[in-house]
Amino acid sequence: MIPATFEYQRASSLDDAIGALAGGDAKVIAGGMSLLTLMKLRLARPARLVDIGRLDELRRVGPTADGGFEVGALVTYAEAMESTSLDVARECMEQIGDVQVRNRGTIGGSIAHADPASDAPALALALDYSAVLRSSRGERVVPLDGFFKGAFVTDMAPDEILTSIRRGPLPSGARGSYQKMAHPASGYSIVGVCAVIASSGGSISHARVAITGVGEAPYRAKGVESALEGSDGSASAVAAAAAHATDGQTVASDIYADGAYRSKMAEVYTRRAIDAALGR
Amino acid sequence: MTDVLDAPATTPLGQPIKRTEDPRFITGKGRYLDDIKLQSMTHLAILRSPYAHANIRSIDTSKAASMPGVHAVFTGADIPYNPLPMAWPAGGSAGIKNNVSTPRVLATDSVKWTGEGVAAVVADTPEQAVDALEAIVVDWEPLPAVVDAEKAMEPGAPQLHEDAPNNVVFEWSVGDKAGTDAAIDAAEVVVKQRIVNQRLIPNPIETRGDIGWYNPGTDEYTVWMSSQTPHIQRLLLTAFVTGIPEHKVRCISPDVGGAFGTKIFCYADMALCMFASKAIGGRPVKWVEGRRENYQSTIHGRDHITYLEIAGKRDGEVTGLRVKTYANLGGRLSTIGPGIPTTLYARVLSGCYKIPNVYAEVTGVYTNTTFVDAYRGAGRPEATYVIERAMDLFAAEIGMDRAEVRRRNFIQPDQFPYENPSGLTTASGGAKIYIDSGDYEPAMDKALAAVDYAALAAQKADARDRGKLLGVGLSTYIEVCGVAPSKWIGAVGEGWGAAMWESANIRVHLTGKVVVTMGTQPQGQGHETTYAQVIADRLGVPMEDIIVQHSDTQGTPFGYGSYGSRTSSVGMTAAIKAADKVRDKARRYAAHMLEASPDDIEIDGAEYRVKGSPDRKKTIQEIAFALDLAFDAPEGMEPYLDETAYHDTPNCTWPFGTHIATVEIDEETGEVELVRYVAVDDVGNEINPLIVAGQLHGGIAQGVGQALWEGAVYSDDGQLLTGSMLDYALPKAARLPSFELDKTVTPSPVNPLGVKGVGEAGAIASTAAVANAVIDALGAYGIRHLDMPYTSQKVWAAIQAAKGGQA
Repeated sequence: MIPATFEYQRASSLDDAIGALAGGDAKVIAGGMSLLTLMKLRLARPARLVDIGRLDELRRVGPTADGGFEVGALVTYAEAMESTSLDVARECMEQIGDVQVRNRGTIGGSIAHADPASDAPALALALDYSAVLRSSRGERVVPLDGFFKGAFVTDMAPDEILTSIRRGPLPSGARGSYQKMAHPASGYSIVGVCAVIASSGGSISHARVAITGVGEAPYRAKGVESALEGSDGSASAVAAAAAHATDGQTVASDIYADGAYRSKMAEVYTRRAIDAALGR
Repeated sequence: MTDVLDAPATTPLGQPIKRTEDPRFITGKGRYLDDIKLQSMTHLAILRSPYAHANIRSIDTSKAASMPGVHAVFTGADIPYNPLPMAWPAGGSAGIKNNVSTPRVLATDSVKWTGEGVAAVVADTPEQAVDALEAIVVDWEPLPAVVDAEKAMEPGAPQLHEDAPNNVVFEWSVGDKAGTDAAIDAAEVVVKQRIVNQRLIPNPIETRGDIGWYNPGTDEYTVWMSSQTPHIQRLLLTAFVTGIPEHKVRCISPDVGGAFGTKIFCYADMALCMFASKAIGGRPVKWVEGRRENYQSTIHGRDHITYLEIAGKRDGEVTGLRVKTYANLGGRLSTIGPGIPTTLYARVLSGCYKIPNVYAEVTGVYTNTTFVDAYRGAGRPEATYVIERAMDLFAAEIGMDRAEVRRRNFIQPDQFPYENPSGLTTASGGAKIYIDSGDYEPAMDKALAAVDYAALAAQKADARDRGKLLGVGLSTYIEVCGVAPSKWIGAVGEGWGAAMWESANIRVHLTGKVVVTMGTQPQGQGHETTYAQVIADRLGVPMEDIIVQHSDTQGTPFGYGSYGSRTSSVGMTAAIKAADKVRDKARRYAAHMLEASPDDIEIDGAEYRVKGSPDRKKTIQEIAFALDLAFDAPEGMEPYLDETAYHDTPNCTWPFGTHIATVEIDEETGEVELVRYVAVDDVGNEINPLIVAGQLHGGIAQGVGQALWEGAVYSDDGQLLTGSMLDYALPKAARLPSFELDKTVTPSPVNPLGVKGVGEAGAIASTAAVANAVIDALGAYGIRHLDMPYTSQKVWAAIQAAKGGQA
């Protein structure tokens, strides 16, 4: 449980960090809740760590001018739980890790690390967040839908730093729920489903359903969303929509949940998350 | 919740006093193995086999040896020591053959499990040592592996050891075969079931570790080790492994952060650190086990495949129990591995029931897995699981209530002392170890009342309305503690061929302060508190005037250590004997001081008074002061109050009780939730009810873990798939309800405290209670057995299969 030798560099500013990354074979470290574990197992062996932990400009969290919300990359789960007014966000984050993990682990770290079974990506996907990325080439804003490419693989270039995630305003009356079957050992999701729903005139006008733990990366279950939107949101409509939970996905398998079981649970938990979002 | 007392009442004995060692443990001031840092200390790391079964063609250590900070690199060829000892072969009256292969300090020609040590590096820092391991090149010849005990015995299975045909370690049996066969043949009802008690990884929070230091000036060794048994390790390491004379070695076990049995044993790393220190000229060598390393190289527990048959009458009387068990012992044998599934398992299979005919066969098997040895309960959880599942299966078959079947078969209070038919036989004269005392119905009735057992059907209906399957499970367990009378444990072919008494020394210093040393070895149980409670009561001195010292072969009397819930019944009896010797000498000296006859001195707490003249008295502190100065000692009386006693218990002790678990199963997902847990335990008299409750809470959680979550899983080629806490599911507080504890008290007649032991009871009882609850819940689908752990997928699949759907 001793990592391979690495160099350590504490960034004094965002530009300093970006400059350090340009040197190659480096990883950004924030809370270290995921990366350090992989390094101690020698599954990750970066030559250099660039510590962005003291960059206070990455700690901002709050509403944006357009009525949206922005969460700086260094905001911890515990801080985010205190600053959000969204029940679904608290419901999700209180199921992440334990008190110690929530006090150290950062939302930005979780998004950038892209563990296929971590919870924050599903929450952020369902709330239509985008990633704000900076490099020496400038800043770009990438919607999270499409950002997660596979297990621990994202759209980020090796020299880019995630500085925040940002979203626009939510539809009026949007409500959500996060429903999770936790892995009995790791606590990661076997199935984690975040549903955010808004209704208008007796039918569902907005549906976002994001799933983690099931596919090769956290994903939007668009077959579920399209089946829901325009429906009356009845129990039978929700059940029918939930049947699309794993459409197009290569479903994960491990010793606690094989592919067939996990697929079935994705459907069940999708239905439960939507039902809960609808107040059932 | 037990009330907490900060200050004792008239006597601290029996009071719920907070543990005096806890402030240092919970504020980071404990001194565990890895906290010890010695001048010029070096660090050792061990290269472990990535293969479950392979031959070693060659090992090239040249690159590693030249890496920064590296002092030495060793392979098996460098180590002159013997293989580790086999202290408890499976025995019995018939002279059972044991095909023994134990690990070498480092493997020489072949490896038998992933994690067996093959080379070691000593370097200035742990980082340098681990880095150098990566530079060692081993030319491996991988071989086919087998990890399942039944498959290992099949024709054509990979053979692990030349002298163990079909991978059999031993074939052992106990009980009356002919009588049991006849009882089962004649029975009205016979129920058969194959049940698996899955392999567990024990997980003490502190992993193991050692520091070896060879002193070139004196030619002596000091070995610090995270161990339950420093005295035994000194004996085993010297007399059996290294050949170094015993008096040249001192073993010290500092604060030990949990053990659960894993730290009873003699491990290769202990001898390796001794060897390495001498080899590098006497610098201390420290090795601290990593968690993943712990999962592969420290012993595992359980891993039985059992075929049970229970027979009886339709009126509920059980007339016979026949059991065949295959015990997976791993790739080589741990120190007492064969003793667990034989003596400590099969001899207590009939539990608390007066079953007249019992017969068990046990086959120990080698597989390409980590070795298996004693883990909290050690054989008794496996036996309890078999008999408690069997009672439920039998009750279901005859359509009788589970509690009533148990009641019908309990050993009755007037039958104690009770000799069970497969019981433990002593060496001298064939006398049996008996069940000391018991009264099983009151404990069960208390537990049944607590859960409103009569209203179970209504509770189930209510849960079903919520989409949940509710189940209630009973475990009317019994276990055997206080190992052991030497006349039994020392019996050739039955025990481990050694004595197992305990020891204590008490000194009352000139200042009146009391130092207690003993041969037992705490690993988190609170012995510093409980020994002080017992001695304070016996000598009448305040607890804060007593220090309890342990864990160092220099300065404590020889003892066999702490395991098998033996410390209170055996070790503390030795301490009481020593205290009584102190009292006797103090009485004689008080008589001298008071110019009275010793027979006329009466003792009241700390006061020694002349009968009929209450003003003529001396306190034990005054006596100690005078006797330690010895200006006025009478002719023939030695100075100082310093007494040592040894105690060999006349019999084991047998705690019992009834645990009832209530579970709810989500029909749609298979998720099992433990919603309620009631435990009524009878551990005899309690020295400290708070510590008793703590032991029960921890034990119950551990046993629940086996039922619901835990299980070591190997791939077919012998890779440990549950190789870390990311994959091996330990019980977590958030997933457990508050346990509801109650008690009955049936003192043991075999020791002066009337205690029975509590270290393992919770873990022994709870697994079966939860298993029976889950099966009770699944009874709604006609399911009568399912193997643990009850993971959601397994339960879901069973429900689907029962529904006739796709599993």
